[in-house]
Amino acid sequence: MSNVPSELKYTKAHEWVRDEGDGSVTVGITDHAQELLGDMVYVELPEPGAALEAGEECAVVESVKAASDVYAPVTGEVIDINGDLEEMPEVVNRDPYGDGWLFHMKLEDEAELDGLLDAEAYIELIAEESH
Amino acid sequence: MPFIPHTEADVAAMLEAIGVAHIEDLFDEIPPELRAGSLDGLPEGRDELAVSQQLRAHAARDAQPLCFAGGGAYEHHIPAAVWEITSRGEYYSAYTPYQAEASQGTLQLLYEFQTMMAELTALEVSNASLYDGATALAEAVLMAVRGNRKSKARRILMPRSVHPRYRAVVETIVRHQGITLELLDFDASGGHIAPPTLPAEPGDVTALVIPQPNYFGALEDADALTDWAHAHGALVIGVVNPTAMAVIAPPGEWGEQGADIACGEGQPLGIPLASGGPYFGFLCCTQKLVRQMPGRIIGATEDLDGQRGYVLTLQAREQHIRRSKATSNICTNQGLMTTAATLYMTLMGPQGLARVAAQCHANTRALVERLCAIDGVTPLFERPRFHEAALRLPRPALEVLDALAERGILGGIDLSADYPGLGDALLVCATETRSEADLDAYASALREVLSA
Amino acid sequence: MNNEPLIFEHSRPGRVNRAQSAHFAGDLDGIPENMRRKQPPALPEVSELDAVRHYTRLSQRNFSIDTHFYPLGSCTMKYNPRACNTLASLPGFLGRHPQQREADSQGILACLWELQEMLREVTGMTAVSLTPMAGAQGEFAGVAMIRAYHDARGDHQRSEILVPDAAHGTNPATATMCGYTVREIPTDAQGDVDVEALKAAVGPNTAGIMLTNPSTLGVFERRIHEIARIVHEAGGLLYYDGANLNAILGKVKPGDMGFDVIHMNLHKTFSTPHGGGGPGAGPVGVSERLRPFLPIPVVGREDDGSYRWLDERDLPQTIGRLSAHIGNTGILLRAYIYALLLGREGMTRIADFATLNANYLMVKLREAGFDLALPERRATHEFIVTLKRQAKEPGVTAMDVAKRLLDYGFHAPTTYFPLIVPECLLIEPTETESKETLDAFVEAMAAIQAEAEKDVETLKGAPYSLPVRRLDDVKAARELDLRWQAAG
Repeated sequence: MSNVPSELKYTKAHEWVRDEGDGSVTVGITDHAQELLGDMVYVELPEPGAALEAGEECAVVESVKAASDVYAPVTGEVIDINGDLEEMPEVVNRDPYGDGWLFHMKLEDEAELDGLLDAEAYIELIAEESH
Repeated sequence: MPFIPHTEADVAAMLEAIGVAHIEDLFDEIPPELRAGSLDGLPEGRDELAVSQQLRAHAARDAQPLCFAGGGAYEHHIPAAVWEITSRGEYYSAYTPYQAEASQGTLQLLYEFQTMMAELTALEVSNASLYDGATALAEAVLMAVRGNRKSKARRILMPRSVHPRYRAVVETIVRHQGITLELLDFDASGGHIAPPTLPAEPGDVTALVIPQPNYFGALEDADALTDWAHAHGALVIGVVNPTAMAVIAPPGEWGEQGADIACGEGQPLGIPLASGGPYFGFLCCTQKLVRQMPGRIIGATEDLDGQRGYVLTLQAREQHIRRSKATSNICTNQGLMTTAATLYMTLMGPQGLARVAAQCHANTRALVERLCAIDGVTPLFERPRFHEAALRLPRPALEVLDALAERGILGGIDLSADYPGLGDALLVCATETRSEADLDAYASALREVLSA
Repeated sequence: MNNEPLIFEHSRPGRVNRAQSAHFAGDLDGIPENMRRKQPPALPEVSELDAVRHYTRLSQRNFSIDTHFYPLGSCTMKYNPRACNTLASLPGFLGRHPQQREADSQGILACLWELQEMLREVTGMTAVSLTPMAGAQGEFAGVAMIRAYHDARGDHQRSEILVPDAAHGTNPATATMCGYTVREIPTDAQGDVDVEALKAAVGPNTAGIMLTNPSTLGVFERRIHEIARIVHEAGGLLYYDGANLNAILGKVKPGDMGFDVIHMNLHKTFSTPHGGGGPGAGPVGVSERLRPFLPIPVVGREDDGSYRWLDERDLPQTIGRLSAHIGNTGILLRAYIYALLLGREGMTRIADFATLNANYLMVKLREAGFDLALPERRATHEFIVTLKRQAKEPGVTAMDVAKRLLDYGFHAPTTYFPLIVPECLLIEPTETESKETLDAFVEAMAAIQAEAEKDVETLKGAPYSLPVRRLDDVKAARELDLRWQAAG
């Protein structure tokens, strides 16, 4: 069973979102997602400063056998990206919730966070999908 | 039954194992109303002897004139070993090397091919080929649009001196991508893009295409054009002749930074004229753009024992994984043609290829000299050229070509259809395969035709 | 087995192969110094023997149809008759410049025209263009024609192409290249398109649907008439991906199934060589309403029996050109020769024996203890084995079995496609393989199964007997090494 930290929020597209409490969030892909994709070979990140709409494609994570889009979980501006992943994409496999984070966003509307899944709902989603 | 090995006993045993009485029973899931009648329109099958006689007759029907036509397809000598080896069943009848361990021959060869193309164009990486020169340019355009993240305009500057058929193919392929192909006119006296005529404030340009040599055989001022494009945030796509690359400055060395993408027709590298195909397209680029590259790419790696080996890599860009978001829908490339090209480049080596290039250049110069000694025949453009030249004729080119064909000479390509503004104009080419006697034969035939 | 060094490692500075260019004395006088290349390209400097030996050795590191059974599903790896190569390489064909005038090219034009007519006959379509250079380009031409058709009618709202989830990746990629969005249609448990889902998906936005029949699951789409009706009633057109034409040649014509446009893979059905990944050829056939949009050039025959190229003057609504010249002519010739050798009877036998071989192999593998993805269905020319059960216990994947098969002297079937069947092997024996070969393949599969039950690690380490052991794809993609570079 993959790791689903209870303090994070999730999306149906298997991203995690951490509320940094200062109007910004950190985004990555879940442990479950990295397991499905397998060994990561490349991560394409959005440009810092890009204005994203919730649901917009903004990054790609690529393994040998698959490439998967990452969607902006909320609306806002990209304020930072994890540049280390360019050289070391495998960090996403090793530490998806820590050093394997993808990007940092400034929220436009904090209420949007309420629309995301909590850990329990996400665990249910995984269970349904792997049925 | 041709190519079907089954004996009657085999068929009986197989049907019994399956549990049906007749082969026909195996089609019982097809709704009866769909079943086709006979294939009455097809001829009856014939044996190899009969088919061979028929094909020889067809092949013999076509004239085999002395060829002075180029236009993207060039008659070069192909060393005998090229197709002797390429036709080996292990190359000829293998498929795309999905099972890498069982395809190390094709994979290593393609890795060598990539290296050679990158060397020829002086760019960092090459893919394992595309269909032909025209589609390679189309893919280069799409690649530039993806790769130039700063440009939002999806606007490509396309000189009119690029092969007209290449422009037509690009138009067909990128039409539905919201890309603007803006034509650049050529200089009336040089036939090239004159750098001073380029706008000082061109606005948002995604990429500039630079043909080298261009369709008229003329050499572009690639350095100045490249620097101009880069100064305005545009990428540079070189469309180049691979033979010329042995002696002419390659795209990677153009201007201050070099071109970003180079593409072109690989046919001159050991591929027979064959009515126009199969040929192969090549596509090279800087390391920075490698993930935008379409088509197969081979990479070196190691096996479980740490031994060197080769695999298809960066497959996540491709249609079988990325589906609707792939860099292109391309699947098959032109594997067998790149096999021949790799052998050709190996057998020629840097010196041999340079000698072929120089001989083509010298032969075309000699041809132009001879033809322009005839009254009313003059060079259309005053400009350094590689191995092709546009000439002005005193009579419509089509008429002249017809009269030459009656004399066993393919005298070149009529330019008036694609460039009506040029008047009666002809594109000629003399590769290393043309002898002094051939050049004389052409000159005397043309003199005769024009004086008639 | 020993490594074969790269050709560059055989290279010695100054070794020149004079035989090919000894007598050339050309100079570059017409080219100004500043336009010339400064450093020669680092192509190999080797003797002719070095080159021949190196590339012969490399060839021996390949599996191919000529050396191995190659049951690669969806690729139709059948025998490539030698006559097709020999006759397509006659000097009259090889030496012809594409710009040679029509009057001097009636021989080649006659061959191409006859091929066009034969393809029209076997597909039941109204007209054919030979110009697309591969299946994917044929697909592009097909969808571009669908788009041109809607556009010509002023029907601009159709923005969506429907594609079954089992389809080849080229289908959605092609739709995107033509500016369409893609909507996936699910497949039902029996392997047919989910017709209820299709009904729900079609509408005024539907430009068309892309279907392969038999599908990539190796079964015939039984409700094809109903699907055609649903899509046509919604105003959409039907695209036929001809990848699996080998299964139904002479049995069913795509035109009779209601398709408006089709592409054929001549390198599959018409046995032209796969060449280590091309060249292919992907002619397109169309129904009457799409005829005006055919890609050019097309071969036409005049009343006096002479042939000529039809271009934009004859087909002003054409989607345009797809190649600088006229497509992969040499491949078209091989297909033409193949069709002549087979003729009417031979064409029907393709489907008969491809289907017989596939069903026999399927039954035998089931007997040997393998699970079929669709056990209730008849195989067409191919079928799917799923190793879902073995993946759980003893932990053997489709990849492991594929790699181990190589040790037994068989090319692996297609693995992990179609994407909707877990741990799958898509197996296509083709009609040119004998019963003995099929039996030997079954034996090898059974032996591998026995090995797996004894010790899974045997399979995980495979292959053992090839020039290299299992290769590291991850390293290749992470540490890109796409060309050789001189040390230092």
